[in-house]
Amino acid sequence: MRAKTQQEWTYDVIVVGGGHAGCEAALASARMGCRTAMVALHLDNIALMPCNPAIGGVGKGQLTREVDALGGEQGRNADRAFIQIRMLNTSKGPAVQALRAQADKRLYEDWMKVAMSRTPGLELVQGEAATLDVSRETINGVTLADGRYLRCRSLVLATGTFLRAKVVIGDRSYAAGRVGELPAQHLSASLLAAGLEVERFQSATPPRIDGATIDPGRMVLQQGDTVPWSFSHWQTPSPRRQLPCYLTYTTAATHEVVSKHLHLSPLKSGSVSGKGPRYCPSIDRKVINFPDKQRHPVFVEPEGITTREMYLQGLTTSLPVFVQEMIIHATPGLERARLVRPGYAVEYDYLPPQQLTLSLQSKAVSGLFSAGQINGTSGYEEAAAQGLMAGINAALHARNEPPFVLRRDQAYIGVLIDDLVTEGVDEPYRMFTSRAEYRLLLRHDNAAERLSSLGHALGLISDEQLATVEEKQRKVAEYTELLESMMVRSGQVNAEVLEALGTPPLGGSQPAARVLRRPQISFANLVELVSGADRDRLASAPPEVIEQLEIQARYDGYIRRQMAEIRRHRATETLLIPADFDYRSVEGLTFEAKDKLARIRPDTLGQASRVSGVSPADISVLLIHLHRLLRTREEPAPGSGDQALRQAQCT
Amino acid sequence: MAAHLDRDVTPGGCSWGEDTIVAISTAMGAGAIGIVRLSGPDAVAIAESVFLAARGTSVKPDETYSLLYGHAIDPESREPVDEVLLAVMRRPRSYTREDVVEMHCHGGVAAQRAVLRLMLRSGARLAEPGEFTRRAFLNGRIDLTQAESVAAIVAAKSSGALRASVRQLDGSLSERLRMMRRDLLGLLAQIEATVDFSDEDVDELDRLALAKGLAEVQAEVLKLLRTAFLGRALEQGVRTAIIGKPNVGKSSLLNALLMRERAIVSDVPGTTRDTVEELLEIGGVPIHLVDTAGIRSGGDHVERLGVARSVKAMEQADLVLAVIDLSTAWDEAEGRLLGDLDPARSIVVGNKCDLMQGDRESLTERVRARASGGGAGPPGRRVCAVSALTGAGLDELRSQIQQVITGGEDFQLEEPVLAGERHRVLVGEAHESIGAALDGAYQGAGEELVSEDIRAAASALGRLTGEDLTPDLIDEIFSRFCVGK
Repeated sequence: MRAKTQQEWTYDVIVVGGGHAGCEAALASARMGCRTAMVALHLDNIALMPCNPAIGGVGKGQLTREVDALGGEQGRNADRAFIQIRMLNTSKGPAVQALRAQADKRLYEDWMKVAMSRTPGLELVQGEAATLDVSRETINGVTLADGRYLRCRSLVLATGTFLRAKVVIGDRSYAAGRVGELPAQHLSASLLAAGLEVERFQSATPPRIDGATIDPGRMVLQQGDTVPWSFSHWQTPSPRRQLPCYLTYTTAATHEVVSKHLHLSPLKSGSVSGKGPRYCPSIDRKVINFPDKQRHPVFVEPEGITTREMYLQGLTTSLPVFVQEMIIHATPGLERARLVRPGYAVEYDYLPPQQLTLSLQSKAVSGLFSAGQINGTSGYEEAAAQGLMAGINAALHARNEPPFVLRRDQAYIGVLIDDLVTEGVDEPYRMFTSRAEYRLLLRHDNAAERLSSLGHALGLISDEQLATVEEKQRKVAEYTELLESMMVRSGQVNAEVLEALGTPPLGGSQPAARVLRRPQISFANLVELVSGADRDRLASAPPEVIEQLEIQARYDGYIRRQMAEIRRHRATETLLIPADFDYRSVEGLTFEAKDKLARIRPDTLGQASRVSGVSPADISVLLIHLHRLLRTREEPAPGSGDQALRQAQCT
Repeated sequence: MAAHLDRDVTPGGCSWGEDTIVAISTAMGAGAIGIVRLSGPDAVAIAESVFLAARGTSVKPDETYSLLYGHAIDPESREPVDEVLLAVMRRPRSYTREDVVEMHCHGGVAAQRAVLRLMLRSGARLAEPGEFTRRAFLNGRIDLTQAESVAAIVAAKSSGALRASVRQLDGSLSERLRMMRRDLLGLLAQIEATVDFSDEDVDELDRLALAKGLAEVQAEVLKLLRTAFLGRALEQGVRTAIIGKPNVGKSSLLNALLMRERAIVSDVPGTTRDTVEELLEIGGVPIHLVDTAGIRSGGDHVERLGVARSVKAMEQADLVLAVIDLSTAWDEAEGRLLGDLDPARSIVVGNKCDLMQGDRESLTERVRARASGGGAGPPGRRVCAVSALTGAGLDELRSQIQQVITGGEDFQLEEPVLAGERHRVLVGEAHESIGAALDGAYQGAGEELVSEDIRAAASALGRLTGEDLTPDLIDEIFSRFCVGK
């Protein structure tokens, strides 16, 4: 599909799109040594935060830490650009704690651009990717709308909300990728021609107001943490001046405004047809679905240092602008607030992700990968995680190497991708900790320990970076052993200390590890309970080691249970199903299982077991047939497409 | 570079059993010997933990096969459960090519179940239908040409088990399980909403309300677990031991219940030296009646042996009928005997009413007084006054037996009961996990840990009803809470 006269450039990997997925994909590919081009509609709009300028949150913060542990950029970039940072869920256990940072959106874009331009082998190309060059179910390159042809071995689609995008405010709608930006009108046709399915989703953003026109006195002040935090494992956190957020609540008056104008909502008029996310409901939807709720929270958050604009979290709406103004003015603290940018909805094409393998490669087109909102997700963190994985796999594909896949027991990233490609989506997908069955193991505090050796093997983590992680692991192991052998005596003094802490005295000398397992005992308490050389050794433990020791003690039994569970599933999780496996010929599978499996074509038996409608009995039968198949072949054939996944042993 | 995955899928080379599975591998209720079979890496260790070899024998690590005589024991109390033969087959020279241990029990179904429970507690997992065969195949034990038939067998066993469980779970029972799971999901959604949306307008977890909710589900699960007793009773019969001091009329009672002469009845104390088993039916439930030698200290050697057996029969019984002689006075031996009984699983039967004055009511009162050790013992015992000679009070006794079997509730046999060992184990697991969650909720354990236990309970129930957890949970959160900014 290309004219001979066109100018031509050749790359290993091309990334289409310069959002959070596209940037990570391009950086990972280039850092792995692949000649990489990132094609974006406008090179001033790189790593934009068109919705809330915040990174992290419960579930999402874990993803950002994992991206960092694998050598991605999001964590580091958020560390550079944040203007407020908080640890969430501090009253709850370490497994569900996470960081959330409010970023200066311009700083975030600028720093990302710096990182991109400093990466050797990465070229930024401005233009609209118009037509994919696909022949024999393989990607060859892409033609831009201006006629240039870029050849490649792998291509990553990270087009966000831009495919045939339509912006909607009230009864008005027009073609735009975001307000004020051109959509990508041509690519969808090319995707359909290549045999891909395309569906519609919608998303929306709240209005922005002038921060100088709010009344902070009528709202609750929300400061950042005074403890310095950082997303990146290799960034030493340092305190900085932070900007506050404010919390206010809608009132009956606000709800009345919404109710009165519901007939003007695009949701009602039907001008938005795609499905939107339940976890990010518009204020219209909240008023409809929860009529008994007296008030809904509204978080007023700064968008940066150099702008006075503030984001109204909780007031997402695409009602007409005059209604948006009335809603804002009916809310305490915002009575005089001046609306600067109206909220709007955007509707766009996405590719239902069941069309992908676990490496984010298209099942229909070899060498074609996709990441981010085009896969039906939402959120900068979900996008970055997929972008990183798609970039890595695009690079591996370009080098004819087996793909890199993370299992559900290794990372939230594994949960994210497995959920997407196995179950598909019926609303834009967002990460929650409750999606991760092994969340006690997949914590944000151990992301580097879990993943950085894998990042190092891929060439994305340096020797020095890995060394710091291994040093910490060595120390934790050393102290773990020490606590097992060190004895705490059951004397009168200790009995009094324990009683004061609300826990019974020891029945006799006990290993320190066992004493620490009592929920009332912290590591600091333990130091008090031993003496002499023992006390000195414990007192000299570094804080990051103490953190791990306390978590180990706290979760001890539960972690052992989860590890046993993981071992139990390991065999099925790692058994690969050939891409051409003929489910219909398998005797003993139920009709429903045959049908679903033939459609979804899972990569592994573990993935097959999570397809709805497939029973454990079906998996048993499949297991036996796969083994029969393996035995008839002289040896399992590695290296063909996704047939040999690159996976590391779980730590 | 990271290791390639296919290392794990090389056929024949690695063990497929990552864990150790266990099942009763002989047909329920059939045959005098029952085999409980373990397979997997910890098979030997688990078997050893519940086995006490007879003097001079032990499992030798270097022997491919060994057969040992000894006792199955409760590892905590060190009490013997049954007299067993232990067959150890080392990998790869076993049916599954894993370490396989078979415990051959003699004590009937009750002993097999007890052994199974002990092994589950020691870390084994209940095998899925067809899992031994599946492992045998996966580990290359079975020839390639047999593969198709293995798949067919496993599929048949699995779908057979599924059909059976659907049948068992049909109607109201399955509805009850679904409702319990639904309730747990609701509680879980409350916790998860506070975890995943803590920076939004979700109230902090109300631990008291959570504990209350958990306790309600626990009561429901417990009710269901009680029907497990009836389920088992219907499948396997109720082992009922008749115990008592010599010459109180145990054998006469057995005969009266059977309405025919079976045991040797005589006036000489200690005539029944061995245990005598008989089968009868009460309210549609098969009852295995076991008459035991009278319990008293001393006596000659043969009688001591008989006493030992009757103590064992009593321990293995589902139900104990403790017979006392109303015509004689209370003594300490009787007090000790009655004091050892589990009130929920025993009936004190006052025999020889025919020798006594008074109406039935006053006689029953007299039994009650004797049963409580002259007022000192625990209240709430089931008592019954009968005359084995005249047959007076036997109908009352039958009805009492029926009440014990049905858990003391007004229970209709037509109602669904928890049948099948798999169902009982899973509901038992759910019960245990809810208990752990309750403890956590009260003791201020982290939300993520309480959640973990509730998940375990919901997933155990889900395995019975075939429902998956995560998608349901997320839907539940969104339908209950206005979350999302």
